[in-house]
Amino acid sequence: MTVLDSLAIALTALRANLMRSVLTTLGIIIGVASVVVLVAVGTGASSDVNRKINALGTNMLVISSGTRNVGGRSSGAGTDVPLAEGDIRAIREKINGVTAISGLLSGSAAVTYGSANWVTSASGVHADYPTVRDWPVASGRPFEAADMRGSSKVALIGATVAKEVFGAEDPVGAQIRVKGVPFKVIGVLSAKGQSAFGRDQDDIVLLPMAVARGRIVGKSQVQNDQVGSIYVKIDPAISLAEAQEEIEDLMRQRRHVRGGEEDNFYVRNMAEFMKARTEVLSTLSYLLAATSAISLIVGGIGIMNIMLVSVTERTREIGLRMAVGGRRRDILLQFLVEAVALCLLGGLIGIVVGVAAATIIATSAEWPVLLSPSVMALAMAAAAATGIFFGFFPARRAAGLSPIDALRSE
Amino acid sequence: MKRSGDAHGTSGAAPPTPLIRARGVSKIYTMGEQPVKALDDVSLDVAAGDFVAIMGPSGSGKSTMMNLIGALDVPTAGGLEIDGRDIAQLSSDELAELRNRTIGFVFQQFNLLARTPALRQVMLPLTYARPRPADPEATARRRLAEVGLAERAGHLPSQLSGGQQQRVAIARALVNGPKILLADEPTGALDTTTSEEIMRLFTRLNAGGITVIVVTHEPEIAAFARRRILFRDGHIVEDATTEGRRAEAAE
Repeated sequence: MTVLDSLAIALTALRANLMRSVLTTLGIIIGVASVVVLVAVGTGASSDVNRKINALGTNMLVISSGTRNVGGRSSGAGTDVPLAEGDIRAIREKINGVTAISGLLSGSAAVTYGSANWVTSASGVHADYPTVRDWPVASGRPFEAADMRGSSKVALIGATVAKEVFGAEDPVGAQIRVKGVPFKVIGVLSAKGQSAFGRDQDDIVLLPMAVARGRIVGKSQVQNDQVGSIYVKIDPAISLAEAQEEIEDLMRQRRHVRGGEEDNFYVRNMAEFMKARTEVLSTLSYLLAATSAISLIVGGIGIMNIMLVSVTERTREIGLRMAVGGRRRDILLQFLVEAVALCLLGGLIGIVVGVAAATIIATSAEWPVLLSPSVMALAMAAAAATGIFFGFFPARRAAGLSPIDALRSE
Repeated sequence: MKRSGDAHGTSGAAPPTPLIRARGVSKIYTMGEQPVKALDDVSLDVAAGDFVAIMGPSGSGKSTMMNLIGALDVPTAGGLEIDGRDIAQLSSDELAELRNRTIGFVFQQFNLLARTPALRQVMLPLTYARPRPADPEATARRRLAEVGLAERAGHLPSQLSGGQQQRVAIARALVNGPKILLADEPTGALDTTTSEEIMRLFTRLNAGGITVIVVTHEPEIAAFARRRILFRDGHIVEDATTEGRRAEAAE
């Protein structure tokens, strides 16, 4: 009696009770499907988070002004003494490993071109800003140092603005008006997509800092050398945390924060913030993993139950097989193979269900669909192991029957 | 497979070693607290090539004797040799092998597998044979032809009459070329005409050299046998040899 013979018998037996077989494997189906979904969603989500971290700019620190307390009342971030050009110079000079640095003074403005009119975020930046954000131009040229000197009226526009204002037309070289001030479009930024907070990052116009400060971002409130927040790109060879500490020390000095006092500025590592979100996802993954483990166990008990029923139903058959020469191990193997076949059947259905569910989830969440064959193989192995573990007891009961009693059973 | 050596032994002058030799065999079952003596000190020889009917009322011990001869069970006391092997000394696997090679079983309820065509039924003992036979399908076809069912190889039990089902079961019992054909009330579920057919088939197989042992409570069925052994209360009370009256008539 070979495993193949046993398999043929098992398949005949399973086909004879097809509905029962499929219902029995429901636990296995759910278990395997949730493993497939969990891994696909887990890797899909984390690749999505990684993409967003990269979109944010890698090795990037963001410095913003702190909170000013007025009569014990906090006025919100950025209300304290604003950051200025001097801070940028100081950081560039005194901090090791700064590869690029830029201010970001945000405002909003209407952009017009011909009859097109589009209200967007208009921000003053330094020449390095696209470098800090890992944000190259898709067409045209980036800012150059010369654009920052004087009051050169040039602009880089985001992909959304290019689409909304220019449509199919090539924006490079065109003259737009931002808050009525004419600017020449020198380049279109590559599309960056949504930010981690769901904002369209491509809905933006970047202008040289000095011009933006003077003409676009509300003259009256803005001091002469104010830069909004500061974006710093750190050499990947240098620890981001160390650079962060150095910058914090420097800023405390510059902003006269005495020991024990609360900082009146923030230095944030955006990548770390994103990683925290990944951890939430991995917690979810553990939950799903627990679900699949539990359903495999519950499914295994279902398998054991139905195999015991099967042994009882087929007692005469077992007796006959023993009478014509089946050894105990042949009977054991037959029922074990049947339990494993049942579990593998459930596993296959589970993979189909899991792939379908993962595809639906990934599509609706706009994640890449990442299906791992090794995980599917692992899930099938887990299903087979469940079959062996929970099929063993019924199979042993079958093999332990006395041939006489088995033959005599009704 | 030919077993001619054994078959010829019965007609020869020198008494050969019997195919079945029981010496003081007892079998005690424990039903709850009460031990029940199903067989009590039974001694019995069956020569190769014989045609034996085992008779007796229910509870007489004939079924127990049958189970012992079929190597489905081992005696509590005494020695039982089948084909020269003391079954009390055999392991569970060796008993299975003995059942597979030396004994063919025929049951009252046929015991065919559901949803399995006749040919596969006949092949069943071959799947448990070691070493695996070269061409099990051809062997099974030959055996089916031997019982006159060559045309029904693909039929399911539900598509066959009772007599045909029993003949499939007989082909299955014969497929490994056993020395002993052991039939437990083989005609119990069949009408008179079909019963006669089955018994004539046994007679023919016995004439071909195989030892046939039939357990029955019907005298008409027992009349086909050359030797009739009557059991009562765990003892043999009668052991008569008549020169196979019906057997001759069948030839």
